[in-house]
Order: sequence, then structure tokens, then C-alpha cells
Amino acid sequence: MAYAYLIPFFPLLAFAVIIFNGKKLQYKSAGIAIGGSLLSAAVSTLVIFETLRGGTYSHSFEWLRVGTFSLNFGILIDPLTAMMLFVVTYVGSLIFIYSVGYMHEDPRFSRFFAYLSLFMASMLGLVLSSHYIQLFIFWELVGLCSYLLIGFWFEKTSAAKAGMKAFITTKIGDVGFLIGILLLFACAGTLQFKDFTPEFLSAKAQTGGALLALAAILIFAGACGKSAQFPLHVWLPDAMEGPTPVSALIHAATMVAAGVYLVARSFVLFSHFPQALAVVAVIGTITAFMAAFIALTATDIKKVLAYSTISQLGYMMAALGLGGFSAGTFHLMTHAFFKALLFLGAGSVIHGTQTQDLREMGGLFPRMKITSLTFLVAALAISGVPPLSGFFSKDEILLTAYESGQNIIFFILLATSFMTAFYMFRLFVLAFLGKPRKKIHAHESPAVMTVPLSILAVFSALIGIPGSPYLNHWFQGFIHGGHSQEIHISLFVIKCSIAAAVSGIALAVIFYRFFPKIPEFLAKVFKPLYLISCNKFWLDELYQWVLIRPFMKISQLLFKFDESIVDGAVNQSAFQTINLSGIKNWFDQHIVDGAVNGVARITQQASRISRKFQTGLIQNYLLMLLLGLLFTMLIGFYR
Amino acid sequence: MNPIPLNHFVIFSLFLFSIGLYGALTRRNVIGILMGIELMLNAANINLIAFSRYVSQSPETGQIFAIFVIVLAACAAAIGLAIVLAMYQNRKTVRAEDIHILKW
Repeated sequence: MAYAYLIPFFPLLAFAVIIFNGKKLQYKSAGIAIGGSLLSAAVSTLVIFETLRGGTYSHSFEWLRVGTFSLNFGILIDPLTAMMLFVVTYVGSLIFIYSVGYMHEDPRFSRFFAYLSLFMASMLGLVLSSHYIQLFIFWELVGLCSYLLIGFWFEKTSAAKAGMKAFITTKIGDVGFLIGILLLFACAGTLQFKDFTPEFLSAKAQTGGALLALAAILIFAGACGKSAQFPLHVWLPDAMEGPTPVSALIHAATMVAAGVYLVARSFVLFSHFPQALAVVAVIGTITAFMAAFIALTATDIKKVLAYSTISQLGYMMAALGLGGFSAGTFHLMTHAFFKALLFLGAGSVIHGTQTQDLREMGGLFPRMKITSLTFLVAALAISGVPPLSGFFSKDEILLTAYESGQNIIFFILLATSFMTAFYMFRLFVLAFLGKPRKKIHAHESPAVMTVPLSILAVFSALIGIPGSPYLNHWFQGFIHGGHSQEIHISLFVIKCSIAAAVSGIALAVIFYRFFPKIPEFLAKVFKPLYLISCNKFWLDELYQWVLIRPFMKISQLLFKFDESIVDGAVNQSAFQTINLSGIKNWFDQHIVDGAVNGVARITQQASRISRKFQTGLIQNYLLMLLLGLLFTMLIGFYR
Repeated sequence: MNPIPLNHFVIFSLFLFSIGLYGALTRRNVIGILMGIELMLNAANINLIAFSRYVSQSPETGQIFAIFVIVLAACAAAIGLAIVLAMYQNRKTVRAEDIHILKW
């Protein structure tokens, strides 16, 4: 499967071609980008089929040698990689196609596709990496693409700031990640993924177990930043300033899942240390609940989806933290499809109505039939209504929580599931049903946008089947590398899950479709809770006060120090130099030049007298000759 | 035997020399100056011939000397006039005070 090296190469080539010829290519650049992504999708398909037949592949080459240590880069293909390739290339290609319609009127059309291609190449490189350092490089590259695309409309201050916020916030996690990698190397002596086997870890853990666990937790910090988990989640809602296809591709389906992928990829390491797993589970659960709670009151259609993404990523993390490797990865895959669909649907709505505010929408269903129907499919899928994909993956996560015996986590996740159904249908009802609340010229989007929506809808509906009991949990066995997993279906969990989903949907429809007074009433009765949700737990404000303000103060202090002491010293020395130079200048002007000029002036003065003798008039000379002669004669005469 | 005494010649050449000197000193015209110089040379010639006639044992000496002087004067006049001519062609003037290109 050495041809897997080609997979990230095609989008990279597309990026290079577009970025250097963007002006000339204009709308053709979309074709190149789509071609690149479709080619990698084709090659990925070959790789996936190979993997389905049970093949794994790893190849590495020496990239750098330091002393006796050599850094080997390469590719590692196992079922987890295959799944990620599937998600990234398929969802990516569909979003590329969709973007043609969405970005059609943008003046930087070709640059958008260049960035998308670069992102695609980096993301594919990330999932193919066989080494932590290699993964880190691609990790930062996708972070860069995210920054570039969030701030794509950089004329808007808010977009530029959101890009910066995303970059800095994830960078905080990345510092932890890098330290984690270095610590891991110090303890284990290797960073190749395939070297981390349970036996290897057991041997290493006897000497440096605590440090290895710490390394795992630090690596999770990186995942926290990228996947927007609880303390570092604040960047993702702001990232919605970017174009909607970007939100769909990067900030919902693929890049933010990279954190989950990282934990899954390091799962052997994590599962060896219960403390690390506990951290993952707790953070994931907190994130899932908190984000869902905030999503209940968000009024911006993309913000609702952003918080929903955070919440679902928390779900995945919680599943991984509870030891549910297959549950977390399965949800990653299903979520990628239905969340991409939700975002693209939202993009279609924004494209059609020119507004993002839910309070201004309403009654879009008759005018945007395809968008509405596909959106409904995705909303049902994320809410966990059987037999759509979300039901199976979410159910498996709940099952994992239930079986792990962590009842608190189980009930929190169940409550989250209820809230998910509620806010999704609140969104659906507000946007598509009822009567228009504001006069807006809604129109259905062009086919280039609706066709990807329809394809994604089919995927969203059916992608859960491979992991369902109907196919004997085939996917779970596959992702575990062929070992069939014993999954005990619990009817209690299924009932809870369905009850949560259906009650959430029902309540949302009743509240917002038929009795719009109830939510207002509830907001008044539970004012503190409402305010908490509205203000996103005041986390942004907290960071502002606890971190950013003091940081700014320190910076200002340092700036003052710099300005008065460091700059002062430099300026003072400059000033003294100028003074000294002034003295030297005076000396030069008056003494050295003075001597030279003085000689010149004396010569000039002397010449002024002597030139009187040389008038140039021949008669003068002659007269003088005569006078001289007479004088001589006179002397001679009187001697 | 000498109807005209030597004094007359000397006085005559003195006048002639003075006229030449005056002319050379006061003329603004270069040709005038040259003419004054010629006059002075001729005054000297008269003196030479007169003294050779009256005082010297061999009168030819003074005459030959005078012929030398005449030849030299002709040469000087030729060169002088040539310079004046060239100067006139270049500067359109023969006035002595205007010709000061050699002066700093």
C-alpha cells in the first residue's frame, strides 16, 4: 500500500498550483481543488478496501538523524486510519463541491480553494502519520489552515480576532502536547505509534509510570485545544466567523475531531493509565453537558451548531475516557457526516436568507425544501432517533458509560442527549417551521449545493448501520483490528436513549411551534439558569478577567520597563554619542578644517596683494620697466 | 669734414626713442604699440650708425649691427603682427587691455 503516500500529495499539488496561479485560474481553481480531493478520495478508497480485507501497512524512512537517534517518518495504515481517510476525503470532497456554490461571489474565490486544499493535505498527512513528531507537524499545519480560514474575511475585525483567538487558544493546548511528546520520548525512548504496545508499556511503566501517565495527560491537553474541550473550548464558537463550508469541514467534521483521533491513536497509552483515562472522561463529560446547556439559548444558527459540535466532541472524549474505543471512534465518524450536513444546511439557509439570526428566520420549509428535508435528517440523526446513524453511535457511548458503572457520567450524558434533541429541534422549528418572523427573500440554493446535501443526508442516515446490531456490530470489530467485540445490548440504555431523544424533540416542538410563551415563562422562572446559559457560564469573561487582563497588565508593565529602562539605556547611549560627536564635529570644523582653511586664506590674502603686480596690461609692464631703468640710472648717476 | 656734429644725431635719436617709448606706453592699439617699438629700434639703429661713423675705427661694425637689428625688427614685427592677426580673428579686438587671456 505504498501508494498511500499519494493521498495527501494530490491536495498539496492542487494547493501549490492554485496559490501560484490564482489570478489566472479564477473559477478553474475550484475544479483543480475538487479534482485533487476526488483523486485522494479514490486512492483512499483503494486503501480502505485493502484494510477491509484485513491488511495493515506501515512504512517509514529516516527523516533526520541526531547522533545515534534517527527520526523516522512514514505512514501507518490501520482500521482507525482507514476510517479517518474515509471521513476526511468523502466529507471533504462533498464540502469542496458545496463551496463552489457558497463562495461563488467571493473576490478571493481561488485563495479559498487553495487554503481548503492545503487543509485537506495536512489533515490527510495527520491521519497517515506514523510518528508523534510527524503528527505534531501536521497538527500545527491544520491549525494554521484553521487560522487562515477563520480569518478568511479578515476585513471584518471580529473574524480577524476570532482567527487569532482560535490560534492562541489551541496553541496553549499544543504547548502541553509538545511537552507531552518530549516527556513520552524521555520515558519510552520511542515515538513510533506501532512501538506502543501494552507489553512495551508495562515494561516501561515499572520505572517511570507516573511520568508516562503525565505525558498522556499532557497529550490530552493538545487534544483539548484542538477538539475544543472544556477549559479551551472558547475558540470554537468564535471560529464560526469563517465561511460556513469551513465551519463544516474544519470546525465540525474533521479538524476538531483530530483531538479525538489523537486520543484514539494513543489509546493504548491512555488505557494503560486509569488516571489519564479518568481525566479524559471527566473533561469530556463536563464539556458535553456544558456546551449542550449553552446551545439551548444560542440564537445564532451557527453558534448553536458550534456548541453542539463541542458537546458531541465531549461525548466522544467521554466514551474514549470510559474505555469505549470503538464507541468514541464510531461516533466520530457518524458525527462527521451529520454535523457536516447540519453546517452545510445552515450555510444553505444563510446563503438563501442572508441572515444568521434564528429569531429572524421561520417558515423556510416551503421555500427551501431540499435544505429543510436534509436538515431534518441530520437533526434526527444527531438527536439519536433510530434507525439513523446518531442513534447507534450515541447509544453505544451511553452503553459504555452504563457498563463502566459510572452512574453520574451516564446520567449526565443522558441529560445531554435530551438537551441535544431539544436544542436541535428548537433550531429546526425556529428556522423552518411556523411563519416568517421577518420579511426575507428566501430561495433554494443551486444544485451544486443541494446535491452534496442530499448525498450527505444519505450517509447521515445510513452510516450507523455498520455499527448496529443488525450487522452484528461489524464496525466495532473492524476498528479493533478484526477482534470481534462482545457488545451486550442493554434494553434499559436503549429505552433511556430513545426516551431522551423523543422527549427532547417533542418538548422543543411543543414549546416553539405551538406555545412560544412557555420558553419565555421558563426563562423568567429559572432566570439564573437562563443567564448562565446565555452568558456561556461567563467563561469568556472569566478568562478576560483572570487571564487576559492580568496578562495585559504584565505586558504593559514589561512594556514600561522596556520603554524606560531598556530603551532608555539605548536612547541615552545614542544621545551621549550624539553629544560626543558634536564635540568632535566642532573640533573638526574649527581646528582641523580651520588649519587647512587658514592656510588657504593666508595664501589668498597674499595673492591679493601680489596679483596687483600682474595686471595683464602690457603697458603697465613696460612702464615699470622704464621706471626701473630710470631708477637704476639715477642710482648710477648719483653714485 | 663732418658737416653734422655727433650731438645732433644723438639728440635726434633721443627724440625718436622718446616718441617711440611714448607711443608704446600710451597706445591702446596693439599695432600702435608695435609701431612704437619699431621707432625705438630705429632710434637705436641711428645711434649705432652715428657712433660707428664718428667714434669707431672700422665703421662697418655699426652698420652690420644695424642690419642685424633691422632683420630682427622685421622678424619681431612679422611675429607680432601674426599674433595680432590671430588674436583679431579669435577675439575681434586689437586693444591691448582686452587681451588678457594669459592673466589669472
